[in-house]
Amino acid sequence: MPRRLPTPITLAARRRHGETATAWTYLSPSVVVIIGLSVVPVVWSLLLSFQANDLVTPSRFVGLDNYAALAKDPHFAQSVGNTLLYTVCYVPLSIVLGLALALALNRRIRFVGLYRTMFVVPFVISATAQGVLFSFVLDPQFGVANSVLHHLGVSPQGFLTDPAQALLVLVAITLWSGTGFCVVIFLAALQDVPATLIEAGRLDGAGRWQLLRHITLPAIAPVTVFLVLWQTINSLQVFDLVYVTTRGGPLGSTTVIVYFIWEQAFRNFTAGYGAAAAYVLAIVLLAVAVVLRLARHRNVQGAPR
Amino acid sequence: MTATIAVTTVDAKAKRPWRLPFSPWHLLLAPLALLFVIPLLWLVLSSVMSDAEINRFPPALWPSAIDLGGFRYVLANALFPTWFMNSLIVSAVTVLANLLFGALGGYAFARMRFAGSRALLAAMVATMAIPFQLTMIPTFLVMKWLGLIDSLGALIVPSLVTPLSVFLLRQFFLSLPRELEEAAWIDGCSRLRVLFQIMLPLSRPALSTVAVLTFLSTWNDLTWPLIAINHDNRYTLQLGLTTFQGLHHTQWSAVMAGNLITVLPVLLAFLGAQRAFIRSIASSGLKG
Repeated sequence: MPRRLPTPITLAARRRHGETATAWTYLSPSVVVIIGLSVVPVVWSLLLSFQANDLVTPSRFVGLDNYAALAKDPHFAQSVGNTLLYTVCYVPLSIVLGLALALALNRRIRFVGLYRTMFVVPFVISATAQGVLFSFVLDPQFGVANSVLHHLGVSPQGFLTDPAQALLVLVAITLWSGTGFCVVIFLAALQDVPATLIEAGRLDGAGRWQLLRHITLPAIAPVTVFLVLWQTINSLQVFDLVYVTTRGGPLGSTTVIVYFIWEQAFRNFTAGYGAAAAYVLAIVLLAVAVVLRLARHRNVQGAPR
Repeated sequence: MTATIAVTTVDAKAKRPWRLPFSPWHLLLAPLALLFVIPLLWLVLSSVMSDAEINRFPPALWPSAIDLGGFRYVLANALFPTWFMNSLIVSAVTVLANLLFGALGGYAFARMRFAGSRALLAAMVATMAIPFQLTMIPTFLVMKWLGLIDSLGALIVPSLVTPLSVFLLRQFFLSLPRELEEAAWIDGCSRLRVLFQIMLPLSRPALSTVAVLTFLSTWNDLTWPLIAINHDNRYTLQLGLTTFQGLHHTQWSAVMAGNLITVLPVLLAFLGAQRAFIRSIASSGLKG
């Protein structure tokens, strides 16, 4: 940001007196909502996680019991495993597919705008609507997917009702809706890669693949790291789609962490236990963010200027 | 001389392998793009099919006639119009509140020097990283304490202003030249008038970004309405749709009609204001 030269007596300086009160007045709605419904709850959640709480009667302090119980709870372990599997499948696929589509779209061909629209449209659809739509498309009995497979001579599939497939089907649905986001971000990043850089590489005799490998990809590396972070954080928090399509089933094969938290807090009314699970997830998210931030920091510093 | 040149060009043309009349990239992009749109097409088509056509095996892929039975069933057997209004009220109030409070807060951060500004800004940016699950249980307890649970107020109050709205507007205000305001101050304008009459009219791109992102997250949310609302006449569309599907899971044309009602406002807004949407989605990512 360019620093402006200080003028001897600016009007701003004259106005400075008494601005603190005005500024805090302007900020008061933000402070109340953001601090009140986000900073306070973070502390409250921590306290809750040391308590037995049913959301109704006064709670009882139980120390680290909730965390100890979590460590032994096979359902929690299963939800962690499911969430990790979902994330490990979804994040790389969405980023590779998003990058490939963005590279294909980042050239002078016709209908680029139309293609981009078509890839991004599913992103604005709510997870609820996606879930309801795909419950129908993938319905083992009435769904159009099985009827297409029937025409291709493939035996009918269980999809969301098959414990072996359900989680992967959820990954596929999220790919359908989430790839468009990666396309938008990558396209914006690709358009910021200086054309002179590409031209210089071409003059030096680099082939297409070399240009991509040595110029384009390093230039968009910070954005890629950001996307990995963003997609990871979002997929570790998946909930709506699971609630709408499978409610964690069949046989717990799609119970993800947030579903587990929701079930504990608002179904079984063991809010303290749910809060403890939420804290475990939050710490994992924080760790992911820190690791990727370090990776990006290194990346940015290592990038040739 | 000219003749030989002509002959060689003809030769070259004859030798050149057969070429597509369009870029080969279309061969990759067109089928993929179709794959992304087909489920939505199917949503529209099946909402105007009769259940008989859907339940046939193999199901029809194209409606033989437009059948509005699904829509009639939805309007007669569910509260979709009420849910639509609830979603509309919650989204409209939330968007307007974010624009107003985001502008006030963003302006204070961008233009005023005040005690605690740095610490407060840092705190706000940090809260953007707090995952919702961490706050949802206490937020539920706060809303219960305020007596708002099971009312639209519970859906509105927690998102009256998000740190993202404040931050996006602050960034945009910082990019505007100060000279514009200084002229207004000489004329004796108050801070509020400067903000509303000079800054905001220049900030349409940032305001539309805040509006788009707030609208998308509010309209599409399921988790919080699921927690905060019990009675079906206060459901939002998302909550109503998933409940309706649970109760009528064999009447797919009705379920798809309800789904279309839920999706259509977002879809139309996206197609109508595509540039604003794409820019907003991109800026939600690139600021990080």
